[in-house]
Amino acid sequence: MTHRANRTLQVAGLARVEGEGALHVRTVDGEVDRVELNIYEPPRFFEAFLRGRDFREPPDITARICGICPVAYQMSACLAIEDACGVRVDGQLRALRRLLYCGEWISSHTLHIHLLHAPDFLGFPDGIAMAGAHRAIVERGLALKKAGNQIMDLVGGRAIHPVNVRVGGFYRVPTPEELRPLAKTLHQALYDALGTLEWVAGFDFPDLEVPHDLLALRDVEGYPLDRGEPCVSNGLAFPTAEFGRHVVEHQVAHSTALHARLDDRMFLVGPLARYSLNSDRLSPVAREAADAAGLGPVCRNPFRSIVVRAVEVVYAVEEALRIIESYERPDSPAVEVNPRAGVGHGITEAPRGLLYHRYELDQAGRILSADIVPPTSQNQSAIEADVTQVVHSHQHLDDHALQSLCEQTIRNYDPCISCSAHFLDFTRERT
Amino acid sequence: MPSIAVWKFTSCDGCQLTLLDCKDELLPLTERVHIAHFLEATSVSEPGPYDISIVEGSVTTPEEAERIRWIREQSGVLVVVGACATSGGIQALRNFADVDEFRSIVYARPEHIATLGTSTPVSAHVAVDHELRGCPIDKGQLLEVLTALLAGRKPDLPDTSVCTECKRRGLTCVMVAHGTPCLGPVTHAGCGALCPAVDRGCYGCFGPMNQPNVPALVPLLRRSGMGDDELHLVFRTFNANAEWT
Repeated sequence: MTHRANRTLQVAGLARVEGEGALHVRTVDGEVDRVELNIYEPPRFFEAFLRGRDFREPPDITARICGICPVAYQMSACLAIEDACGVRVDGQLRALRRLLYCGEWISSHTLHIHLLHAPDFLGFPDGIAMAGAHRAIVERGLALKKAGNQIMDLVGGRAIHPVNVRVGGFYRVPTPEELRPLAKTLHQALYDALGTLEWVAGFDFPDLEVPHDLLALRDVEGYPLDRGEPCVSNGLAFPTAEFGRHVVEHQVAHSTALHARLDDRMFLVGPLARYSLNSDRLSPVAREAADAAGLGPVCRNPFRSIVVRAVEVVYAVEEALRIIESYERPDSPAVEVNPRAGVGHGITEAPRGLLYHRYELDQAGRILSADIVPPTSQNQSAIEADVTQVVHSHQHLDDHALQSLCEQTIRNYDPCISCSAHFLDFTRERT
Repeated sequence: MPSIAVWKFTSCDGCQLTLLDCKDELLPLTERVHIAHFLEATSVSEPGPYDISIVEGSVTTPEEAERIRWIREQSGVLVVVGACATSGGIQALRNFADVDEFRSIVYARPEHIATLGTSTPVSAHVAVDHELRGCPIDKGQLLEVLTALLAGRKPDLPDTSVCTECKRRGLTCVMVAHGTPCLGPVTHAGCGALCPAVDRGCYGCFGPMNQPNVPALVPLLRRSGMGDDELHLVFRTFNANAEWT
């Protein structure tokens, strides 16, 4: 036993996360005294410079908040502005948006599973070193990621910061013939996704059962990506427009970062919440694969989020295939959206969880105010609570092993610190 | 094997993600170069010096201004990638505004936000060997630079306009045929004319070409229906701080 009463762990630069963060852990007399996930990513002031911009610009501008999940930003922005202008995009245009979003889920989840998270479970510093021992598995992962990118290239015009998305729909919609080659790629991707799920399901998962409330969208049908109503594991559901009344940021004594609370309770968003509130909505193949992977209808162990992500990749591939197979080219690439004075709200499921946008427009369509709540900001309290729990129950580990486990605990949430930076309070850590 | 380090400044991570997006080339590349520092991809971080450094992001804090000088000293070749690193990025919109006001709009306790009043490109701080434009960069151009560096030759990075790429693809001109405003005639090549390919006008995310003739383009943009407000906004996006005129 290397049990020590007082110890301090500091990770100055968290690796294998998007953006720049640091972790500080302190235990005093064997009790966890302080856990802080610090954000030192510089702020970029998106909400500020969106003021005065045209209502058609947020899909392009807010995509630049995050290079890993630009489609999520584009989709939430479009929904919010369309809401403000009294427009609803449905039918094949909505299906195409969902297809594009499937591409981002496949790409983002696959990146996280193979290059960022799996190395923790198998004891490698990165996916490239892991490829030395598991080349075929990493290559399969890269092929899956490529399939996701191909969807985004084809539907979005570009995988990172797609150019084809606009308020009301798209600039150009593909023909069914153009989408057909994707189906061939996706049939192979489905096979690869099922193999990936089987692989990650065999990892060893530390015991952890989190009591946090789970917040995710739920729609009238299908697994939630591009639409739905915010629902909580305690049975509460509320309209998108009331998001700001339920999810509120608080300042807490032990950290300089802003922490979001849901009706004054700890909560989390992302794969665990989505799955636990919508496991009945998976496609038959994904449902069966989830059962085979040992996931019940609810999953509250964040270490198993890698398994849930793999299930969601299976779902996204199947859903993409379904959309392509029933696709008919819409007559017009976009619904006409005319500006009017008002406020609009939009929420979609970014790979990491709920992403909320709110815009206030004047009559001419100029943006008067913008508010964006990214998933990682909402998860920050839960991440710190989980690290606290993990440190508490693994004090027998030496510093190196405990630090690695803490980092793995953070990566359970696939945190996107680039996203949260414009929103969270900013502290510089000199370590 | 030459060592390579990837660094992030103020940015969205999208340009360094381009490296991880090189599905077919990533593993072969790691057999040709040694990755010494790449925080987004690996827990291993080795001390310098580095043969090649790739820098994403703009300089927006006093700490970043110091760090870029250190990286320059440690690096044989410095390649800066993306609109943030080459022009200051979208966050350079602060250069035209009051940063104190920006701070107070976003943050409850603005006094805690340590940030510079400007967002500046890497070249405003240190000498740069190669620049890749774009928001985000083009994967093909990134591979071209790395391949050229490994082969010891000069990378082939055209500084002409998007128009040349659009013509080469045989696309119909969106401005001539449909009256869609397009920045293609003044925007730096490199994307392969992505926007005209989806019936959209170029919005300039690769920044200005070498010697752009914006005054000649403005009347055409006006004829395509752009008013003063729109004209003002269209050049103030992802490369707002670049020299358009």
